[in-house]
Amino acid sequence: MTPDTRDALHAGAPPKIAIEEVEARVQLAQANRERRARIAGFTFPALVVVAALVLWEASARLAGIPAYILPPPSQIAAVMVEKMPLLLRHGWVSTTEIVLGFLLSVIVGIPLALATFLWPAFARSVYPLLVSSQAVPKMAVAPLFIVWFGFGLMPKVFIAFLIAFFPIVINTVVGLAAIEPEKIYLARSMGLSGTATFFKIRLPNALPSIFGGLKIAITLAVVGAVVGEFVGGDAGLGYLLMSANGSMDTPLLFAGLVGLTFIGIVLFLALEVAERFAIPWHNSVRNPGTGESG
Amino acid sequence: MAATQEDALLRIEGLSKVYAAREGPVRALDHVSIDARRGEFLSILGPSGCGKSTLMMIAAGLASASSGAVYVDGERVVSPRTDIGIVFQSPVLLDWRTALENVLLQTESRALERAASEQRARALLTQVGLAGFENKYPHELSGGMRQRVSICRALVHEPHHLMMDEPFGALDALTRDQIGLDLQKLWGERQMTVLFVTHSIAEAVFLSDRVVVMTPRPGRVDAVIDIDLPRPRTLAMRDTPQFAAYNRQIRDYFLASGVLHET
Repeated sequence: MTPDTRDALHAGAPPKIAIEEVEARVQLAQANRERRARIAGFTFPALVVVAALVLWEASARLAGIPAYILPPPSQIAAVMVEKMPLLLRHGWVSTTEIVLGFLLSVIVGIPLALATFLWPAFARSVYPLLVSSQAVPKMAVAPLFIVWFGFGLMPKVFIAFLIAFFPIVINTVVGLAAIEPEKIYLARSMGLSGTATFFKIRLPNALPSIFGGLKIAITLAVVGAVVGEFVGGDAGLGYLLMSANGSMDTPLLFAGLVGLTFIGIVLFLALEVAERFAIPWHNSVRNPGTGESG
Repeated sequence: MAATQEDALLRIEGLSKVYAAREGPVRALDHVSIDARRGEFLSILGPSGCGKSTLMMIAAGLASASSGAVYVDGERVVSPRTDIGIVFQSPVLLDWRTALENVLLQTESRALERAASEQRARALLTQVGLAGFENKYPHELSGGMRQRVSICRALVHEPHHLMMDEPFGALDALTRDQIGLDLQKLWGERQMTVLFVTHSIAEAVFLSDRVVVMTPRPGRVDAVIDIDLPRPRTLAMRDTPQFAAYNRQIRDYFLASGVLHET
């Protein structure tokens, strides 16, 4: 290549910049992209919610829909503020039922899963029953529980438990069984005992799956508690919904719904936080893109 | 194959493995006999499905033989051997432990003294180029780094027998070359017998003292070839006529047994 052709080639080329400057530009562009993505992650859903509320408010007012059919959001908000003590009291009752039902399903579900996994005879005898028990419509069992346990806290806790424990059992069993056989071979070649293998390798290996089951369970526990309150109760947001419905107090009904949704979200987030602490190494928790690599 | 009872660490005698299947029994291994001499680097080379991995699992006491037996120092293997280090094709690291903690799983399991173990683990990690990565989690490491951690874990308790089942199978070519060199060095510094399962002719010739060539299923010993190349082996040796001759010799066995065929 002659000097002339080289000049010709570079004639229209952009000026040469140092690689450090290129690095700086790329880093800055990436940081900007990430910041925009973070902001969008908050603003887009918020905008959609606000738009939906505005549309709702406008259509409820302009079309003259009566409040007992579809109250505008402003009225629901006003009711929520006005009846906050009532909502809090009933909300607290529901939360107690949900949390107790969930804890009961953990206390029963996980040992049941362990027994299913560890004793094949138990698995063969009880597991099919367990699975077919899920075919029973649990809502239909609710009245029976009222007969057995009365109108208090217990029937709601039991219904929440009955609905919530199954995904915990299934996910725990699946998580314990889903392990690379090499991990077990490795443990044997290291002379690790069966018990130690279980606690050092198999159980931590199953944690992501167990947490998946817990997250399903907490949302189902909300359903269970509300069903229990529907069928027979004198407290709780489910009861509040029923009584508001009976008196055509639709704004209060919506207020109760918002309260239940709030409880569901808070409990779910609490589990996500627990998951973050328990299995920070798992990619359901790890934020891809921010994980530093070697 | 003139190993006497004294210098053979591992004797595999008339080993067969048959799997029951609906369509009838499947022969995986058919009367395989191999002696591994003390301190030698022995490769089991064969095509996929020739039962070479099964052979290693049986030799490690992790699988049972259908007939025949495995002896270590004259004693029959009837349960998982804990006198070995083992490396699989996948690194099999625990995601919730750092590189160092993964290596130390081996010594924890054996209730070895912590401080000395950690010192050995750190030295090993440094030796395979992982200094500074001791506290990284597996997801922060590349595939090659993970396999290096797994090799350190297999060596940290100073076993006299190392078993490797296609350990470089999932790695890129350059990483394979480097880990091969690292492995040769680690082996050279120890009084250690290596049983190395592979399907790569060049890898087997490069690393081994002897290569056991297997037939396709059912796996039988086709030939045992002494690799008489000086140690330490260097990358340049792969271009020598002797190296090429060993390659060709083994390739001819595979051509004869139908593993390879040229139209």
